Amino acid sequence: MSTLQVSIYRYNPETDSAPYMQEFQVDTQGRDVMVLDVLHMMKEDDNGLAYRRSCREGVCGSDGMNMNGKNGLACITPLSEVIKGNKLVLRPLPGLPVIRDLVVDMGLFYKQYERIQPFLQNDTPAPAIERLQSPEERDKLDGLYECILCACCSTSCPSFWWNPDKFVGPAGLLQSYRFLADSRDTATESRLAELEDPFSVFRCRGIMNCVAVCPKGLNPTRAIGKIRDMLMANAT
Amino acid sequence: MSNLRSLSFDAIIIGGGGAGLRAALELAKSGKKTAVLSKVFPTRSHTVSAQGGITCAIASADPDDDWRWHMYDTVKGGDYIADQDAAEYMCSEGPKAVFELEHMGLPFSRFDNGRIYQRPFGGQSKDFGAGGQASRTCAAADRTGHALLHTLYQNNLKNDTTFLNEWYAVDLVKNANGDVVGCIAMDIETGEIVHVKSKATVLATGGAGRIYASTTNALINTGDGIGMALRAGFPMQDMEMWQFHPTGIYGAGTLVTEGCRGEGGYLVNKDGERFMERYAPNAKDLAGRDVVARSMVMEILEGRGCGENGDHVFLKLDHLGEEVLGKRLPGIVELSKTFAHVDPAKEPIPVVPTCHYMMGGIPTNVHGQAIMQDADGNDQIVNGLFACGEAACVSVHGANRLGGNSLLDLVVFGRAAGMFIEGALNEGIEYLDASESDIESAMKRMNRWNESEGGETVPELKRALQSIMQNSFGVFREEENMQKGVGQLAELRERIANAYLPDKTNAFNTARVEALELDNLMEVAEATAISALERKESRGAHSRYDYPDRDDVNWLKHSLYFPADKRLAKRDVNFTPKTVDTFEPKVRTY
Repeated sequence: MSTLQVSIYRYNPETDSAPYMQEFQVDTQGRDVMVLDVLHMMKEDDNGLAYRRSCREGVCGSDGMNMNGKNGLACITPLSEVIKGNKLVLRPLPGLPVIRDLVVDMGLFYKQYERIQPFLQNDTPAPAIERLQSPEERDKLDGLYECILCACCSTSCPSFWWNPDKFVGPAGLLQSYRFLADSRDTATESRLAELEDPFSVFRCRGIMNCVAVCPKGLNPTRAIGKIRDMLMANAT
Repeated sequence: MSNLRSLSFDAIIIGGGGAGLRAALELAKSGKKTAVLSKVFPTRSHTVSAQGGITCAIASADPDDDWRWHMYDTVKGGDYIADQDAAEYMCSEGPKAVFELEHMGLPFSRFDNGRIYQRPFGGQSKDFGAGGQASRTCAAADRTGHALLHTLYQNNLKNDTTFLNEWYAVDLVKNANGDVVGCIAMDIETGEIVHVKSKATVLATGGAGRIYASTTNALINTGDGIGMALRAGFPMQDMEMWQFHPTGIYGAGTLVTEGCRGEGGYLVNKDGERFMERYAPNAKDLAGRDVVARSMVMEILEGRGCGENGDHVFLKLDHLGEEVLGKRLPGIVELSKTFAHVDPAKEPIPVVPTCHYMMGGIPTNVHGQAIMQDADGNDQIVNGLFACGEAACVSVHGANRLGGNSLLDLVVFGRAAGMFIEGALNEGIEYLDASESDIESAMKRMNRWNESEGGETVPELKRALQSIMQNSFGVFREEENMQKGVGQLAELRERIANAYLPDKTNAFNTARVEALELDNLMEVAEATAISALERKESRGAHSRYDYPDRDDVNWLKHSLYFPADKRLAKRDVNFTPKTVDTFEPKVRTY
């Protein structure tokens, strides 16, 4: 069966009064292409179809979307990984306002990222060369710094859907821990102080959707657990 | 009266990749009213895809390392048309710029002594080529570009840089004197067109690998800054010089870092022979990229390619072991599994030379100031216009860039442009305002697309362009085929001038962006084609069957392409570094 049935979320605020699902038949010639390739084929027929894309190799984080119910990156998701029968349902990332078609307004997501002060803070004068860091200390950043800000995790998180303005969300918290875990960062106290309210971290209910969807195989839930431990240790 | 909304800045930086963000950081720290205008959210820029590292003599792997050795390698790697004052500046300032990145938080990999990890890369030597292979490429595993871009974005947040994210720069605005005084830009989300006024306009728009059908470049690499500068009448330098990276994944085009060979991987043909030993007996798989790419194509043409069609070779990594692969090349393991369906710990990766990097671009001095020529052929500064990163041609890469030098180029010259602009703003910059008709002429092509009523559409024209470039201006070139390509491009230009944009809505109209990008691809392709046809020699990445030798008598020069009359002129290469002796051209062997 080489004809793929694609059902895709469409909404253009200028021409549509409400969003709707549009059906496409796409001939993939039996090849196991990436979902992004399918979108390109559809856009050839319908120029107006809007989605973000850039690197097409899973490192820029542009094309996060919901494919047959699961968030992921279209460019590194082969059809064989998502299709059921020969049906592919494409929707924008859940929980964020839609600008057009698969393009969502990432404003709230970025705001939560900025809130955790995502930059190294060190109050000692910088040496003439690099700051030294042992390989063991550096290893602690693995699984944290690789985040590509695609928002697949935060937009699959019920706690983030519920409180996107107050709960930092898995992506922001993963980055928060990336700096807490960095031997070169000296702002641990102030970073933790910003997170000790009931919402920022503690709204995480350990649902672990973030872990299930992360296209880079990262584990925000574990990082959140580490932050909780640090907050608890601080409180006692 | 123009009814466009206008915004005013001291400096506008077009492009949110490494070069743009580094320039912006410098200016934001100085308190100048600066904005970064980027068609994608900055961390989606193509810098994010850089893998292997940033080459710089920080004397970590080798305490005796010397930036002069790095400079020698860079000049030799560029086949002697890199400007020696620029290479000197980059290699000597490099360590400062790299340590700054570390202080900003870039998570470099480490040696046991806590210093930054450095790996061997192609074309690197100790002691001016006499001391064997050097290890000079500073790495964050094989995700150095990602780590670098995120670190720069984070530090711009820290310093409150203004971002115009998902805005698209359409064209430069010039005043009556020909000074660049800003640009016309579109807010992609709303479709609103805005006149952005600025005293300094920095083009940091990256490369244009999408002129080729097969490229490692992101889909966004459409040479927007090059197109804007050419339409504004400014010349381009060394546009024939395109790097074909030896190891793009066969079929997919995605990059596999040279760091794989730095860590001990090597290329084999269908007989399992490590063929680079024949072409480059000393450096073998770590010869210059142009040399390795040509050798691969020779193997394929002579019937020793791999696979059913014999049209690629293999990159062998399995002997490195899972631990090295997991620690040093984790991203490559992922990419190979996704795009080549092979686990490099068990099987070799099918690879083929793939368009990767534009050595040419907007000619600039070391301060990022754009340069044109006066009537007598002397350099002349373009008021108000700057460029840095891949869009610029300083030139530190000459005819062939060394691996790891692009990330160094973009931080060193992004920083230099920022510092220079800060100084110039302090001294005061006053240019005549743009008139209504100046603004109108920058609006021309946007209006053209918006008024189009029928004709060919963008995807088919883009495919035609990419196929012409792939067929006539690839790794090996020759007169007749290039003549044909130039003719086809002239025809294509007419078709694009009459092309059709069906969707004219405003909200996040990516079709409109792609139409505007197509104009830029056309400009870059034509500049490339005409420069390649006119340079009648082989040097670095520019290899001709009909002129197989380097011709230092006639062509130890930059080429300079003028868009108005599609003419190619020559420009002198700088051979006068300030603190070291000139590196005289020698026969280039590895």
